[in-house]
Amino acid sequence: MATVTVSGSGNAQRRRGAGYKLSKLNIFGGVFGWLWLFIVMIPIYWIVITSFKTQANYFITNTFAPPSDPTMDNYKTVLDNEIVRYFLNSVVVTLGAVVPAVLISFMAAYAIIRGIGNRFLRLTNSLFLLGLAIPLQAVIIPVYLIIIRLKLYDTLLAIVLPSIAFAIPLSVLVLSNFIRDVPRELFESMRMDGATEWGTLWRLAFPLTRPALVTVTIYNALGIWNGFLLPLVLTQSADQRTIPLALVNFQGQFGVNTPAIAASITLTTLPIIILYAIGRRQLLSGLTAGFGK
Amino acid sequence: MTTLAPPAVRVQEPTTAKGGRSGSVVWMAIPALLMFIAFGVIPLLGVLGLSFTTWDGIGDIHPSGLDSWTATLKDPELPHAIWVTFEIMALSWLVQTPISILIGVFLAAFKKYRGFLAVLYFIPLLLSSAAISITYKALLDPNFGLGAGFGVEWLKQDWLGDSKLAVGVLIFVVSWQYIPFHSLIYQGAVRQIPTSMYEASMIDGAGRLRQFFSITLPQIKYTIITSSTLMVVGSLTFFDLIYVLTGGGPGNATRALALQMYQKGFMANLMGPASCIAVILVLAGVLLAQLLRRLGGRGDESQMEGV
Repeated sequence: MATVTVSGSGNAQRRRGAGYKLSKLNIFGGVFGWLWLFIVMIPIYWIVITSFKTQANYFITNTFAPPSDPTMDNYKTVLDNEIVRYFLNSVVVTLGAVVPAVLISFMAAYAIIRGIGNRFLRLTNSLFLLGLAIPLQAVIIPVYLIIIRLKLYDTLLAIVLPSIAFAIPLSVLVLSNFIRDVPRELFESMRMDGATEWGTLWRLAFPLTRPALVTVTIYNALGIWNGFLLPLVLTQSADQRTIPLALVNFQGQFGVNTPAIAASITLTTLPIIILYAIGRRQLLSGLTAGFGK
Repeated sequence: MTTLAPPAVRVQEPTTAKGGRSGSVVWMAIPALLMFIAFGVIPLLGVLGLSFTTWDGIGDIHPSGLDSWTATLKDPELPHAIWVTFEIMALSWLVQTPISILIGVFLAAFKKYRGFLAVLYFIPLLLSSAAISITYKALLDPNFGLGAGFGVEWLKQDWLGDSKLAVGVLIFVVSWQYIPFHSLIYQGAVRQIPTSMYEASMIDGAGRLRQFFSITLPQIKYTIITSSTLMVVGSLTFFDLIYVLTGGGPGNATRALALQMYQKGFMANLMGPASCIAVILVLAGVLLAQLLRRLGGRGDESQMEGV
């Protein structure tokens, strides 16, 4: 083992050499990597091209042929069917849940790191860690009961409240790991300058934790935007429908009008793709960092 | 442990000259704690409580002792739902893990393609299960879907109408959705293996396959555990996908536990038995997570780090 460490003492040339050998080892991996990319892209390509086909065109042309006569009619159909309303519902639910969830998780994470040694905070932290193991599906019935008793059934708030709660455990875990890395001296100097903990939280920890905050925000937003079970169980009327539920309803409503269904999927996924393009780097590094240890 | 805690606090405060420090931050944890107790902890206790009652979801809740449990455990649909859940869990793990590792190792070695592939790989994770299910439902149409598009006769099957095929379709769609994510996790792990280990083994004359099996695989052991835990525990809660894609059918061929619970509770209005199934789900999740943790031989905290 000693010889290993000597021979691997950071020689760039050698490093590349080994990397190359490693890659040649992996022809199977390479084939799978590209093949899988192809498999991943087929449905996505199909949704986009189909959304521009007329219904007649869809039935007579090849599934994967681009539309011979591109049309925007499907988008018009979807827009005429209250999609804007469902979209706004999803925006309200997502923002209404993610913003408070991330803020209170951030405060809790700060408290847990700054108050190390406090028994109450340690218990709180253990409770959140335990919470990582609770699946939303398993507690949906009591959540439903609580929502009825609060007289919130069939409101957007009914979706928001449990969404906040179930975003907390993972958010606190990721954020506290980040706050732990802030050098202690920085907190010390803030304190010397007479800053309160509340001031330190916002002026020191918040800016330094920004990458983690972005990761956590996007991750939670994705989960809530795409959430299906809570809207399904806790709402009823069309007025309160969020996007995933609306998509399933469109599927019934449009029947064989597959191009319109494709248009509804394209239209509702576009904002997420844009969000992803903006926060991609942070999301990817944030999600994969730490897993490899 | 608890008896040790107070002295530790007392020692810490004077040395850092921050009397009352922890006291002044404690309140910041309260909002998150309250929210989580209200909609996480109380429902968890509530589901256990409700499993000993009879409730139709609208009217009053009546305590009924073990009635719901007896009904649930006697129900011939339960073993079937457990079997379907296990089938989906085992098969999706078997399909996803080797492919994810292979792709992960590939991505780790090819820096050139990594960024490009990572961007596109992530797209399935952006889509809702509802959107994915709807898309596949259309693509699997024997007349206008994949089969017709590629002109491959084999693809023109009644994919969602046959019990065996429907399970296969679920496994495929799950893999489509999650393999990219797991590949990215493995990619991160492989990149952390010291290059020197490969160099040393080359000097010892180890072949490439040998390197893969005696260096790469053992080195990413903990990642395999983490990724498997996410896959296995996650598969217990597949709901949206099955609900939209097959509705549990054909017949009850794909009716896994989570869907069984939903149908019992919110469609047959039997909240008591549905709660029993929910309790079984929680127990299965905790048990599986513990089992996999034992396999890894390490604490869960370090493995969950940075999820």
